Amino acid sequence: MSFILNIDHVDMEFPTPTGPFTALKDVSLNIAKGEFISLIGHSGCGKSTVLNIVAGLHQATKGGVVLNGKEVTEPGPERAVVFQNHSLLPWLSAYENVELAVQQVFGKTKSKQETREWIEYNLQLVHMDHAMDKRPGEISGGMKQRVGIARALAMQPDVLLMDEPFGALDALTRAHMQDSLMEIQNELNNTVIMITHDVDEAVLLSDRIVMMTNGPAATVGEILEVNLERPRNRLALADDPEYNRLRSEVLKFLYEKQRKVEPLRGQKDAEKTKPQKTPEKTAAA
Amino acid sequence: MNAISTAAEPGRSPVLAKLSSWYASSGDWLKTSVVSLVGIVVFLLVWSAAAQNINTSLGAFPGPTAVAGQFKSLYAEHTAERAKAEAFYERQEARNAKRMEADPDYQPKIRKYTGKETFLDQIGTSLITVASGFLLAAVIAIPLGIAIGLNKNLNTAINPIIQTFKPVSPLAWLPLVTMVVSAVYTSDDPMFAKSFVNSLITVSLCCLWPMLINTSVGVASIEQDLVNVSKVLRLSALTHVRKIVLPASVPMIFTGMRLSLGIAWMVLIAAEMLAQNPGLGKFVWDEFQNGSSESLSRIMAAVFTIGFIGFLLDRFMLQLQKLVSWDKSSAVR
Ligand SMILES: Nc1ncnc2c1ncn2[C@@H]1O[C@H](COP(=O)(O)OP(=O)(O)OP(=O)(O)O)[C@@H](O)[C@H]1O
Ligand SMILES: [Mg+2]
Repeated sequence: MSFILNIDHVDMEFPTPTGPFTALKDVSLNIAKGEFISLIGHSGCGKSTVLNIVAGLHQATKGGVVLNGKEVTEPGPERAVVFQNHSLLPWLSAYENVELAVQQVFGKTKSKQETREWIEYNLQLVHMDHAMDKRPGEISGGMKQRVGIARALAMQPDVLLMDEPFGALDALTRAHMQDSLMEIQNELNNTVIMITHDVDEAVLLSDRIVMMTNGPAATVGEILEVNLERPRNRLALADDPEYNRLRSEVLKFLYEKQRKVEPLRGQKDAEKTKPQKTPEKTAAA
Repeated sequence: MNAISTAAEPGRSPVLAKLSSWYASSGDWLKTSVVSLVGIVVFLLVWSAAAQNINTSLGAFPGPTAVAGQFKSLYAEHTAERAKAEAFYERQEARNAKRMEADPDYQPKIRKYTGKETFLDQIGTSLITVASGFLLAAVIAIPLGIAIGLNKNLNTAINPIIQTFKPVSPLAWLPLVTMVVSAVYTSDDPMFAKSFVNSLITVSLCCLWPMLINTSVGVASIEQDLVNVSKVLRLSALTHVRKIVLPASVPMIFTGMRLSLGIAWMVLIAAEMLAQNPGLGKFVWDEFQNGSSESLSRIMAAVFTIGFIGFLLDRFMLQLQKLVSWDKSSAVR
């Protein structure tokens, strides 16, 4: 199998007032063209950091990312990002938000007419063509996220990076968006890395689920192949034994192998002075 | 709310619904105007009662009627002066025509009428001065504010200077400005009077700061996500400023502009007094020097005029902000 994207032994250290903080240690991952990858792991383990390094928004301290045989050194539209909170420009309409991206990427190659059609096509893909002229302030959270996805898709990226794209949405809207995304994926077959907290979402959408260990010095823990037939249907899958096995694998990883007990607020400082404290005690206190 | 629910009721004609909604909204309007009217009446009563008890060397402090009378006579003076000017030009034209008839080679002399400035002329001068000073300040402050907002080091370098100059009174600047202007701005046929330039620069120096600070804060507090969008799209520096930075900070820039215009108008009066720029400030100063029995009521009339124009300027900026800004909530009140 040939890979389009290689994440190669990436380390990431953040400088902090108390010395460098190692967020990632030796993260390696190869992704094939057209593959849909989910990154899952506990909060704060470093998923966004991985994604930002691939996007070029962060520079890895060690190792690097190679896309199409070229090392990634800065952000660029061939690695479009869908941010968690849509990040549409609030003073532009949905159409204009997509237009800004299209102009930037295809301004020289597409004619006016083609540009217009391409923007409309992408907004249709996410079912937002009826509200093209609305500004972000006038549409719902789910609709904003759709426009954000349309903007990213319209760049025709080599890899589509999504950082918890549906994290801020309610369960019903979320399910809708997942279905939409599967439909789009069916048509375009993009290479996607998506961060999620949602086990069902990961299993439903992915070809592989990459599970990350807890930080600091987080790395790839296990990788789970999802060989469910496409197109997938959430209702039909509910009783599918393979689906349920995959689901419980992920749950086992998250809640047994990488069980995380967050100290309650205010106890964090106390914990620092007594580093020997066991997690159970912290939880009970 | 009211209007919608009545309009939705079946069986009622739209005309009726419209009428009743008009009634509902006019009720609100009526109430506010009655309340503000009461406020004004109370103020006038207190004022006239207090005025009678204040005796100055120029006579009793003017009450509302004296000031209202002054407005009338100021306007009358203005129309009289205009009539005089017109008559002057007519006479000049007639004289020149006559001379031309007698001697076709005669080059007609056109002189400008040099009558005294009326109150309305002075208002005009003040408005022109404040607008010029404000625009000059904006032209400097907004680009500089954007640069400071984008560059942390520049901000660290300039911030102490801003904080030091911001609280300086126009009265402290003016002597310096006057000296510098008279040294630097020398020409035989100056396009602008020195007094105008002095006032303008003083106004600029004082109203620069709110615009500068607000612009830089607005630019510096752009959401990181939006900056990331710009990075992913690889927008050039110029496009980044034009398409992301400027629109994102427009609400803050306008808040700064509104503050600045308020300060500019306040500073202007002081600057005109001292610089002898023929505007409202000079009017107040001249009346003060005059010391006639009417002076106080004329100054009081100027006070109301200054206040009202200041209010109008603020409303104007607010409307402009509403028109330009995408963030409608930033332009309330
Ligand atoms: N700029 C930074 N400076 C210092 N530490 C950072 C920085 N960015 C992230 N970190 C740390 O790196 C770790 C990983 O952060 P990251 O945002 O990648 O986590 P995450 O897995 O995306 O979490 P979440 O699921 O909550 O979004 C965290 O411990 C965080 O505190
Ligand atoms: Mg994150």
